[in-house]
Amino acid sequence: MKRSKDPESQAQPKGLSRRGFIRGVGLSGGAVGLLHPEGEAAPAPAVLGPGPVPITLLVNGKPHKLEVEPRVTLLDALRDRLDLTGAKRVCDRGTCGACTVILGGKAVYACSVLAIDAQGKPIQTVEGINAGGRLHPVASAFVNQDALQCGFCTPGFVMAAKAFLDRNPNPTLEQVRKGLGGNLCRCGTYVGIRQAVLEAAKQMRGGARNV
Amino acid sequence: MSEPNYRWPARDKRRVMGTRVNRIDGPAKVSGRGKYGSDINQPGMLFAALLTCPHAHARVRSVDIKEAQALKGVTAVEVMSGPGTVIQWAGTEVAAVAALTEEIARDAVRRIKVDYEVLSHAVKEEDLKAAGGRSKPAGEVLVGDPDDAFKKADVISEGEYGIPVLQHCCLEPHGQVVMWKGDTIEYWPSTQNVSGIGGDLAQSLSIPAANVHVRQDHVGGGFGSKFSADRWGVVAAKLSKASGGRPVKLFLDRRTELEIAGSRPSGFARIRLGARKDGTIIAWESQSWGTSGPGGGGVAATQLPYVFVNIPNKRVNHTGVITHTGPARAWRAPNHPQASFLTCCAIEDLAAKLNLDPLEVFDRNFQYTARPEVYRAQLRKAAELSEWEKLWHPRGQAGPGPVKRGLGIGVATWGGLGHASDCRTTIHPDGSVEVELGSQDLGTGTRTVIAMVAAETLGLSVGQIQVKIGDNRYPPSGGSGGSTTVGGVAVSTRKSTMNALQKLLEAVAPALGVSADQLEAVDGRIQVRGNPAKSLTWKAACQKLGVKPIVEMGRNDPKNPMGMISQGVGGIQIADVSVDVETGVVKLNRLVAVQDCGLIINPKTAESQVYGACIMSICGALFEERIMCQQTGRFLNADMEFYKLAGIDDIGEIIVHLDITPEHDARGVIGLGEPPVVPGIAAIANAVANAIGVRVPRVPLTPDRVLAALEGRRA
Repeated sequence: MKRSKDPESQAQPKGLSRRGFIRGVGLSGGAVGLLHPEGEAAPAPAVLGPGPVPITLLVNGKPHKLEVEPRVTLLDALRDRLDLTGAKRVCDRGTCGACTVILGGKAVYACSVLAIDAQGKPIQTVEGINAGGRLHPVASAFVNQDALQCGFCTPGFVMAAKAFLDRNPNPTLEQVRKGLGGNLCRCGTYVGIRQAVLEAAKQMRGGARNV
Repeated sequence: MSEPNYRWPARDKRRVMGTRVNRIDGPAKVSGRGKYGSDINQPGMLFAALLTCPHAHARVRSVDIKEAQALKGVTAVEVMSGPGTVIQWAGTEVAAVAALTEEIARDAVRRIKVDYEVLSHAVKEEDLKAAGGRSKPAGEVLVGDPDDAFKKADVISEGEYGIPVLQHCCLEPHGQVVMWKGDTIEYWPSTQNVSGIGGDLAQSLSIPAANVHVRQDHVGGGFGSKFSADRWGVVAAKLSKASGGRPVKLFLDRRTELEIAGSRPSGFARIRLGARKDGTIIAWESQSWGTSGPGGGGVAATQLPYVFVNIPNKRVNHTGVITHTGPARAWRAPNHPQASFLTCCAIEDLAAKLNLDPLEVFDRNFQYTARPEVYRAQLRKAAELSEWEKLWHPRGQAGPGPVKRGLGIGVATWGGLGHASDCRTTIHPDGSVEVELGSQDLGTGTRTVIAMVAAETLGLSVGQIQVKIGDNRYPPSGGSGGSTTVGGVAVSTRKSTMNALQKLLEAVAPALGVSADQLEAVDGRIQVRGNPAKSLTWKAACQKLGVKPIVEMGRNDPKNPMGMISQGVGGIQIADVSVDVETGVVKLNRLVAVQDCGLIINPKTAESQVYGACIMSICGALFEERIMCQQTGRFLNADMEFYKLAGIDDIGEIIVHLDITPEHDARGVIGLGEPPVVPGIAAIANAVANAIGVRVPRVPLTPDRVLAALEGRRA
């Protein structure tokens, strides 16, 4: 079944299926049928929206209850509702990576995840990994290597780099160049970023704090 | 006491300036704590959205906002292009809505009904013959006798080259949060112009400039496009007022950002060079054209020939082409990258025609530049760093195999004189120091440079200086354009901190039993010159002030640089590329940048400017272009998926060499933001020609263009 292949839908709380969401925001029955041919036979899920619905997001270790329309992205929920503005809105279409957060241990573009779909999994933002005035080794390496200019892509890069290093603690330069291909910078800070990720890897292997 | 000697300390006496300092706003930016305009959330804040015109050329017949106004949650609707307005480019703002949430604002925009009379449009300029009545000839510039010189030339080389319109594509879109309550406006823009943008907004709203309070901690890119309040600033203020003074957030979405918030003029040219056998150019003739949008424009022909300005015989013609496209704005080194590309490609083609090493041809013709010896030395250095002697080969002789390697040269020039800037320094009796300027840090490291100059002057560490910028209530400083910021703020900070220090020395002189002019500030102490034993700690010295802080001003006046700043730099870049002639894919192996730069305050952030500029050039040479559709009049790739920027794996190796020498240092501080963004596109285009044996006439050098050029050769 299509749904069983979708890891994100497995983590959803009861009554909040993607199918329910799609119906809730009022797509036509034909479109639902196209997306979910099994939809006709399944029991009717609770309709959500189109108005605001209560959701709970587990952000940086704390649950946050808020009410958003089902169409609100995780990015807009973080920025506009929780004032967590580290993740930036740049392309808003899953290209540039400036909105990268870590959802359930995986780097995601927060502009391309709906807030209601982000429930039930831990969400880490750039504020979370740098909490308490202490910089995460990745962030600190970005400062040391001057891997930033205007800084607007930087939080996304920091989060992408952290997720990358969590899976590849000892990368080669070549792996860094491939592994951070999902983020874009306009000022041209890639030379510093390459060095920063290698420096952070070294620091983190050496037993520095690893959130 | 006489006026202090503000001059920079001798190179060997500097303790802070010239060292590699981490940028002081780095921690705020990497942790997400730093707030940009688009991050501002205010209590009761509303969200605004724009309705933009889908047509490139149209007359607005009517705008019906009733249904939008009726939507629950909408607080105000403003019409920006009313009936009768003639729209000149797609993306033009027609109306704006403020609502409780962004989602509601977008819904309301969809409810606005606009009736357009669609007019015929023209959005392309590559083919000058097709421009017809849209052409605006700029008049001929004639120097010497080019006709005679071409007759006397041993060789005539001709070529046609083109560089398209590019977009600024700032990652933080243009926009602002603004609150117009009563008589006053609180304004959080995304701007390069903290001290000036409030007055611009005030003028559009017919209120006193004094009533607009501008604040901005950080800006997510500008590159020349963020100086004015713009129509979106004005409408956001009106929406705020119409919503009872609630703050309104309005930032452009990505498509609109790319369509209307800034572009760089295109430049196309047919160039003919007459030269002697040894490569000495004796005649230049160019017919260039391009567009800046509705005004015609295009790359400024006054920049041709670029750098080699003293070629004795020249005929220069330019035609602006009017298009129904978003208008141009200043783009990091306006006109220079295009002019460098057009000029350097023509010279490289001349060298190839003469079977000469372009190194030799460029060198020979540096006699026509303002600073021949600087360019010659830079070319030698760049050749050394790029292993020219080992890797260069005559055009097209890259050897067997489908992957061909080649090298190419580009040149630059820029001004970079520091702008007018005022600075206020406060030394508090507890020893804390504030330095305030109505400036901004575009990511160039301005904050850090200010702190370093202040620390140097006061004998303190960088961490002891509180730099306060980004507020128009601080003393005014120029907008950040033309690479003028570093010179401006460095001098005003130097003078202001030195004036403050003088007051402090006068206050502590009695305690140390000498006159103030025998005292100096070194290593966190005020001491008798050369005698650390007779000293007070900084803190103890400041306590002598009693309860009253010292507040002193300092000003940079560009008309009287006092030997502390100057202008005029060169710069040479050499690119090393590999081109797969079967796929057409160009891979950058290496880009070498040699740059003179005057006195460098922070080598770390200065190098970052050059790295970044090189990467921007790589984007322009290989990836970026605005693609207009003549059928629809729309900008086809107005998103970040298809308006392509280089990624971290696309840039090869970049080698930066800053000419930090006593001679350059003696010139004082010179801006560095723009010059290194100039030569890279030319260098890469020339390297590709060298590799594959034919000129690819247009950038970006995409696989289809490379393959087409190769086909042309075979045909």
